[in-house]
Amino acid sequence: MTLTQQRKLKTILVGLASWAVALLLFFPIFWMFITSFKTELQAISVPPQLFFEPTFENFSIVQERSDYLKHAWNSVVTSFGATILALIIAIPAAYSMAFFPGKKTKDILLWMLSTKMLPAVGVLVPIYILSRDYGLLDSKLGLVIIFTLMNLPIIVWMLFSYFKDLPKEILEAARMDGATPWDEMIKVVLPLSVGGIASTGLLSIVLCWNEAFWSLNLTASEAAPLTAMIASYSSPEGLFWAKLSAASTLACAPIVIFGWFCQKQLVQGLTFGAVK
Amino acid sequence: MKSLTKTAIACAVSLAAFNAFAETEITIATVNNGHMIEMQKLTPEFEKQYPDIKLKWVTLEEGVLRQNVTQDIANGSGLYDVMTIGMYEAPIWGERGWLEPIDTSGDYDVEDILPSIRGGLSYNDTMYAAPFYGESSMVMYRKDLADKAGVTIGDRDSWEHIRDAAAAMNDPDNGVYGICLRGKAGWGDNMAFLSAMANSFGARWFDMDWKPQLTSDEWKNAVNFYVDLLNKYGPPGASGNSFNENLALFNEGKCGMWIDATIAASFVTDPKQSKVADKVAFAQSPYAVTEKGANWLWSWALGIPAATKHAEAAQTFVRWATSKEYIKLVAEHNGWGAVPTGTRTSTYENPEFTKAAVFADAELKAINSANPNDSTLKPSPYVGVQFAAIPEFQAIGTTTGQMVSGALSGSLSVDKALESANRSADRQMRQAGYY
Repeated sequence: MTLTQQRKLKTILVGLASWAVALLLFFPIFWMFITSFKTELQAISVPPQLFFEPTFENFSIVQERSDYLKHAWNSVVTSFGATILALIIAIPAAYSMAFFPGKKTKDILLWMLSTKMLPAVGVLVPIYILSRDYGLLDSKLGLVIIFTLMNLPIIVWMLFSYFKDLPKEILEAARMDGATPWDEMIKVVLPLSVGGIASTGLLSIVLCWNEAFWSLNLTASEAAPLTAMIASYSSPEGLFWAKLSAASTLACAPIVIFGWFCQKQLVQGLTFGAVK
Repeated sequence: MKSLTKTAIACAVSLAAFNAFAETEITIATVNNGHMIEMQKLTPEFEKQYPDIKLKWVTLEEGVLRQNVTQDIANGSGLYDVMTIGMYEAPIWGERGWLEPIDTSGDYDVEDILPSIRGGLSYNDTMYAAPFYGESSMVMYRKDLADKAGVTIGDRDSWEHIRDAAAAMNDPDNGVYGICLRGKAGWGDNMAFLSAMANSFGARWFDMDWKPQLTSDEWKNAVNFYVDLLNKYGPPGASGNSFNENLALFNEGKCGMWIDATIAASFVTDPKQSKVADKVAFAQSPYAVTEKGANWLWSWALGIPAATKHAEAAQTFVRWATSKEYIKLVAEHNGWGAVPTGTRTSTYENPEFTKAAVFADAELKAINSANPNDSTLKPSPYVGVQFAAIPEFQAIGTTTGQMVSGALSGSLSVDKALESANRSADRQMRQAGYY
């Protein structure tokens, strides 16, 4: 086999492997989507049915039973609110650690990351009681605060990595022109990092949108986002897969469409720092 | 001065008028079961009858509901005004003063509520939750397959006979398994079934000193029988199956028999969701050495947390949703076959209901034969048929369920599973200060 043939074969194999992984990852979403158009009996049939007469009954049941727009609005407010708040806190933090590192900067970064290692349920009771005492149970503000705290370590880390990649010479030049650290951040670093901030924000929005643990535990009727709506379709006694799939499809649709439009930034956000 | 007085009077009158028409909004936490969803659909009927009360619904998955309402009630958060709870929680929470007693005065007709259900939802003769629907367990079987296999299922058969019938109907080559039973670990999953089965083998969870009895011969006999039965004549992967998985298998025509909650009867006889709707027959749960505690007793009920700020409106709603009139209202909307069952004697006395629900007699007999205050052959100190109504039971039941599920999947022997479960239960009871 010649070198060219070897390269071609390698390309084909890598391509096939990529498709296989992509299909594997996509399959559950595809199955959820087609199940939402089945009857409950078709949804549980063994062997599973790939070809069937589709029905929109499940979607109409979901529309009839749930206030979809209210749940969707709650998801939008909490995801975007928490992301904006987290960025406001994380940008100065990441900036100071990237450009003015102290002796303990690495320790602080590691400590921040270590907070993600604690299972959420470990702090459920204190968070619940605090939320109750401050009147934040079943409120969008309460969820925004929790989501902000939840994503802050990841956002700081991502921005820190991005800021570290910026050429220091540009900042030095600004400093020579008399820029203060604040000016450097606002007028130099931020304009240069719009892509990184956008992709970090997008990732944060996706994480908030899909969050279920805190949403289910801290909300009831007023602030429940789409994840709580999905969970309400699971039943201990009765078939529910088709209706649950319809609710999940409706809940996923906005963020999938949003992600589709922003996929370039998302990929950039997930891969920056990977290749230097 | 005059104008100031006029303004003050006007303000007072407006305020009084506002208060007179002020709406009370109550939040109800419930689970996604067919009957509960129907109740939500009938919200306009309630609001028409009681225009000063508005209902807000929060539907949750069962596990999440349990966690949320427990957090809410234990912390006195007052998020919910009415909560859907089970027969396990009602007496425990009632004892602790976490629930308001249900107002059974006037035309509520509390005597009409089935005595076993009422007893299970009470503490010291005070009812702390009103039953929305109740259930026991029974055998649902394929009459056509039994006839084909030449076996008959009696009204209440022994476990040996059920095993023989399962063997006769078992035809895995054609995708039919003799018997489908719960195998998924959980105090409300496999242990709900197995506790009732163990009762009929003469077992009990605790002796009169609250010492766990899981290593007793009765428990060993019951679990060995169960594991052997399911491994020989059950569907593959039975250790992952609970109510819904078995419902799916039965409705697909893959089970000769299924022993589970009586509520399943309405699903397996519904042609919209069952391929075998016209081939199903019913019998009482099997027994081994005693019929005592052989079938379980459960009720989804509506409770009012003590922390609610709208107790009066909550009482009004609970009385409405668990009344005879509500059952009639559901019948008017969806027919008698769709009414919530297992709560009131009057439902079973209604000829229209007995005509519409082929399972009515079997269900009533099963519920009436269960006694939560006396469910074991040997004396036991706890209330409950398929559970012990003590706070520690959820953890003990789930750990035991995991061990038994492990024995079913073959990862450990029955003796080892019960020994481990007993050790764990003993530790928890000691820590809780029972001895």
